[in-house]
Amino acid sequence: MARMHVETTINGESAEFLCQPGESLLDALRNELNLTGTKEGCNTGDCGACSVMLDGRLVPSCMVLAPEVEGRSVGTIEGVAQGDELHPLQQKFLEHAALQCGICTPGFIVAAKALLEKNPDPTEEEARYWLAGNLCRCTGYDKIIRAVLDTAAEMNGTNGAATNGAAG
Amino acid sequence: MQSIPYQAPASVSEAVALLGSDAEARVLAGGTDLLVQVRGGVRKPSAWIDVKRIPDLLGVSVEGDSIRIGAATPAAVIFEHPELQRLVPGVAEATDLIGSTQIQGRATLGGNLCNASPAADTTPALIAVGAQCIVAGSGGEREIAVEAFATGPGQTALAQGELLVAVRIPKPAARTADAYLRLIPRTEMDIAVVGAGVALTLGDDGTCTQARVAIGAVAPTALLLEEAAAALVGSRVDDDALARVAAAATAAARPIDDKRGTIAYRRKVVGVLAKRAAAIAANRAQER
Repeated sequence: MARMHVETTINGESAEFLCQPGESLLDALRNELNLTGTKEGCNTGDCGACSVMLDGRLVPSCMVLAPEVEGRSVGTIEGVAQGDELHPLQQKFLEHAALQCGICTPGFIVAAKALLEKNPDPTEEEARYWLAGNLCRCTGYDKIIRAVLDTAAEMNGTNGAATNGAAG
Repeated sequence: MQSIPYQAPASVSEAVALLGSDAEARVLAGGTDLLVQVRGGVRKPSAWIDVKRIPDLLGVSVEGDSIRIGAATPAAVIFEHPELQRLVPGVAEATDLIGSTQIQGRATLGGNLCNASPAADTTPALIAVGAQCIVAGSGGEREIAVEAFATGPGQTALAQGELLVAVRIPKPAARTADAYLRLIPRTEMDIAVVGAGVALTLGDDGTCTQARVAIGAVAPTALLLEEAAAALVGSRVDDDALARVAAAATAAARPIDDKRGTIAYRRKVVGVLAKRAAAIAANRAQER
């Protein structure tokens, strides 16, 4: 079967790659484009590790076929930091130790960034529901939720009380 | 799976021609059921027909006396539509219940209907509001009531070569409202053990003049319950009427025993949910 040629935009820059027609976007990112920040967890759309943005919408990249992104815009974890400067979410994940093994982390960061862009001041409940499709087997989630809420507080200039309010 | 050819037609007629010429080709909408089935070896399609480049299948519009939802519109886009939320809150609730945030960005209304799971959340909600499926084939379009669309688990009324284009919901009349409830053992990320959708109309004196009650996950397909609706019509949606709705729903349910719930549990709960959904719909109708 001939491989397909796909032209798309990834993290704001035009990109092209060859793929099998039934290859997932996740596999194309990792294997064709060498963007290995996006992780494979379940490959059934349940775990959120492979979360990316597709035309501004949070999606599991294992549930997207690579040829589907022709002419569309994909955002991955590699586009979150600005050069060497971490995104506030990435910084807060470090400060709060919101990761251990790290496999779920890129998916959490991409999903949490989508949350804060849509809802800059989420409640703890809103953050927990938004991130319910991101599974973490290390942290118990609480540090992740604290990191997300603390990021929101910092970005909104209301830092102080929020870090203590997210006990699970 | 890797080598299955992929095509993305730009029009309904092109998609229908592709589907008509290849009985094993599968429509790819959000892919959240189909890709899992293909990876699991449950299905072996000969081709992917991606329908998300067809404008007719995308988006929500409110035109004249109906709401039209393109079949390839993802759940998140449906739920975020403010006018749809206002007009048919039960349908909005059902779309909002499906899967995670990520899945909501992919999973489509058409996919939920065509996958024909007995536990599909949107189906009872759509049946309650009297929604119609708009189906295109080589001979033109036809409409199928949502309650007749699924014919069994994984089975639909679509003939070979037909494509689900959109769902059309009649705009609710004055003092008409809907609601959808489902039971899962946790608060998020699960499949309905039981679902119930109700739409009803109240007269000026608070008497129910029209009602539709639908239940899901308790039979091979979602069911439209005429007896439960009859219990509401003519009543003031009081405790007595709600008790009869619950009894009718319990009597109509034909559930299975599985890991999500027993037959006895599902029969009990479907009555409770039908009753509660009717009460919520009545409260909403009163406020209109």
